[in-house]
Amino acid sequence: MRISLTVNGKPVSGEVEPRTLLVEFLRNQLGLTGTHVGCDTSQCGCCVVHVDGESVKSCTMLAVQADGCSVTTIEGLAKDGELHPLQRAFNEHHGLQCGFCTPGMIMSAADLLQRNPDPTEHEVREWLEGNLCRCTGYHNIVKAILAAAQSMRAMAKAAE
Amino acid sequence: MAEKGIGARVPRKEDLRFITGRGHYTDDINLPGQAYAVFVRSPHAHARIKRIDKASALSMPGVLAVLDGQDVAADKLGNLVCGWLVKSKDGSPMKMGKHPLLAQEKVRYVGDRVAVVVAETYHQAKDAAEKLVVEYEELPAVVDLAKAHDSSVLVHDEIPNNLCYDWELGDKAAVDAAFAKAHHVTRAEFVNNRLVPNALEPRAAIGHWDPGQDAYTLHMTSQNPHVHRLVISAFIGIAPEHKLRVVAPDVGGGFGSKIFIYGEECVVLWASKKIGGRPVKWTAERSESFITDAHGRDHVTTAELALDAEGRFLALRVNTKANLGAYMSTFSSCIPTYLYATLLAGQYKTPAIYCNVRAYYTNTVPVDAYRGAGRPEASFLLETLVDQAAIEMRMDPADIRRKNFIPKDAFPYQTPVALVYDTGDYATVFEEALRIADYNGFPARRAESEKRGKLRGIGLSCYIEACGIAPSAVVGSLGAGVGLWESAKVRFTHTGKVQVLTGTHTHGQGHETTFAQLVADKLGVPFEDVEVIHGDTDKTPVGMGTYGSRSLAVGGEAIVKACEKIIAKGKKIAAHLLEASEADIEFKDGKFTVAGTDRSKTIGEVVFAAYVPHNYPAGLEPGMEETAFFDPPNFTFPAGTYVCEVEVDPQTGEVDIVRFVAVDDFGNVVNPMIVEGQVHGGLVQGIGQALLEGVRYDDSGQLLTGSYMDYCMPRASDVPFFEVVTSRGTPAVANSLGVKGCGEAGAIGAPAAVINAIRNAIGVRVEMPATPERVWRAIQQSPMLKAAE
Repeated sequence: MRISLTVNGKPVSGEVEPRTLLVEFLRNQLGLTGTHVGCDTSQCGCCVVHVDGESVKSCTMLAVQADGCSVTTIEGLAKDGELHPLQRAFNEHHGLQCGFCTPGMIMSAADLLQRNPDPTEHEVREWLEGNLCRCTGYHNIVKAILAAAQSMRAMAKAAE
Repeated sequence: MAEKGIGARVPRKEDLRFITGRGHYTDDINLPGQAYAVFVRSPHAHARIKRIDKASALSMPGVLAVLDGQDVAADKLGNLVCGWLVKSKDGSPMKMGKHPLLAQEKVRYVGDRVAVVVAETYHQAKDAAEKLVVEYEELPAVVDLAKAHDSSVLVHDEIPNNLCYDWELGDKAAVDAAFAKAHHVTRAEFVNNRLVPNALEPRAAIGHWDPGQDAYTLHMTSQNPHVHRLVISAFIGIAPEHKLRVVAPDVGGGFGSKIFIYGEECVVLWASKKIGGRPVKWTAERSESFITDAHGRDHVTTAELALDAEGRFLALRVNTKANLGAYMSTFSSCIPTYLYATLLAGQYKTPAIYCNVRAYYTNTVPVDAYRGAGRPEASFLLETLVDQAAIEMRMDPADIRRKNFIPKDAFPYQTPVALVYDTGDYATVFEEALRIADYNGFPARRAESEKRGKLRGIGLSCYIEACGIAPSAVVGSLGAGVGLWESAKVRFTHTGKVQVLTGTHTHGQGHETTFAQLVADKLGVPFEDVEVIHGDTDKTPVGMGTYGSRSLAVGGEAIVKACEKIIAKGKKIAAHLLEASEADIEFKDGKFTVAGTDRSKTIGEVVFAAYVPHNYPAGLEPGMEETAFFDPPNFTFPAGTYVCEVEVDPQTGEVDIVRFVAVDDFGNVVNPMIVEGQVHGGLVQGIGQALLEGVRYDDSGQLLTGSYMDYCMPRASDVPFFEVVTSRGTPAVANSLGVKGCGEAGAIGAPAAVINAIRNAIGVRVEMPATPERVWRAIQQSPMLKAAE
């Protein structure tokens, strides 16, 4: 089956089997290997991308379902060479170790912050229910997300 | 301290590629012409293979090969081996059951490899694997460790009682004598729950035989590529060592599980040759990880502590059964012995200790090192036993510990279980932890919780750990099949940039940053000018890899030694250029200076002279590249005190960790930010063991906890922010940096702190994982709570 969609701002199309998962299409056909696969039961969240602006586990969506959609992956999060505030905060606050869960964590957190620009620690932890990390104990991930939220609020205020 | 040198909180160099999705994990790599492997695995815990009919699988579209145990035998490939020979107390060697790459005659656990299907695409391989006909004769299985000895079922027909070894350590007579005169004996039984490591990147491999060069390349998820190369060459016999390149690119966590030599990686390498030299790729699904990655822990123990009337420890007696699973994994024998019983002294001056360990086969996934490896099991039983003793003797758990700590002036301290602790100051660390946690203010907090209908508890855990296992001669005398040194090469380029090639491997630990800080500090070059290279046996010097919190204490010291050689050679060159005596040259902050003058050459100028030796000392080799190997004289011994405070809901049994303080002695610290991160991660794995995680098999040997739907991984909402202090270090003496390991501490110390806190809240020790159901049931039985009613 042929699908056409926008990925990281660019139009793409490809032939897929009906059973092809969105994550398989992104990784194997588009070579966007920043989106990872860490489980087979839709629990780990390593594969989170944005579909039409909302976070989605790309292992839980068929590629054909993304036909006509706009998909953003971790590779498309930085704009014009500028890292997203979440990417910067993960680096500054040591929010990653092995890096495998990181793309999903950042994409998931980006969706949180567009819905809730000023989350509490509790809200961040609850939001990450669908993202597993085995390295960091979540401590610095939560710190990084709270710090990014703060800097994004400051940026938004400055732009007013 | 240089701005980005030793001691600085430098953000990590490696982060950029990971936060932008540009890492290169094994599954991200695709080689031209690559085929795909899918394994057919045993659905039975124990069965005889009656017949394998490949025809229907071979007739499926795209199938290139179907290989089974008979093909492995026909090609005379060797068995997987355990590399540490443990002897029973009667002197007999451990009994190692045969472990072929693909099962021959029998399968011994659910997940055992029966065959591999190689096809043009992943989906074709998967479809064909489902068509493979395997006829089994089911056999009864032995699943429960406690029943392994007396079971009529033998996992390996030739190994009686399923007993691999019956090992002991310590002075039994002295312990018996001490118990005979004890004022009080505290006794307890423990189950140390079986865990699945669950690195978030599943294992993966791409094997490639190049027919033109008759050479092999194996990309794989490895913590120790040179060890993989050695075993695949010397024991499995697929390729000679000099014709085999193992590449471990970015690796998404290991925690021990990627140390070991498993069958799958060997099989894809072999299969590449069987199909004529096309690369063969395999990536584990998570449900495969659950039934193939070596599990951790799984002990059943009886422990007894003898005390005098004042609460001083007189002796400790421990009897442990350890589960090996169906086969011996690469280092499985040493985990419940030399990495377990040797740690039973903990932080205490207990004069006599005896430990007996019997290791058994069962029809379950093989068990091996998982973060902490033996040391969490030792620390958990000791620290919960000490608490129980305090309760029985009506002492404060803090006071009983104070009474028994090895004092600061007793180091080096010879324990009764073989180790010599180099340095430590346990009492100071302990008091610091209690001060931060406001231990004395706990009764008020408990009263406040009570008003809200909650049960509050506080728990202590004082762990000891041994890291950087060494020296090679000693571990060799104890049965290790390898040396445990480490290597480094420090290479300058013409333009003064530095490449550091290390035999260790980073899979989350941040070596690319920490080692660059080290070199920037030692050689006075900018941090940004140092690149750390690892994970490729064709690039780095032979090294032993990363596990046991050894990378900085052993591998980092090898880098220091290589830097010292660079400086020594630089002094000769500088002396020549400055027309001074070599003995008068001093090196500091990247400059060679004639002592007492302002005449100097930068290290960049000296390096350039070494590569463009137009004006150069006669007889001195050109170039600036030095290799060093380091074999430490001893382990390092990190230690610390953890204080956990919980609130238990008596209606639901739910445990909420409201506060967790960790004060660790890691000696000197190179990058405190990275070290704290290691502690956070370890703590949550330890809390996971205490509250959430635990493997369950049914009686027939089916794994009931085989996915993230039923194996409970810690999530962000399960844990609080931690209060971590790493500045109370006593420098280690086994390396010039004074550093100790930090990677495993959290996982070692946390479980006892959590379980002690729950006991303090409800009056009963709950087995791990202390799920709400178990806690609720314990509350119903609690004498403390009944008395309060």
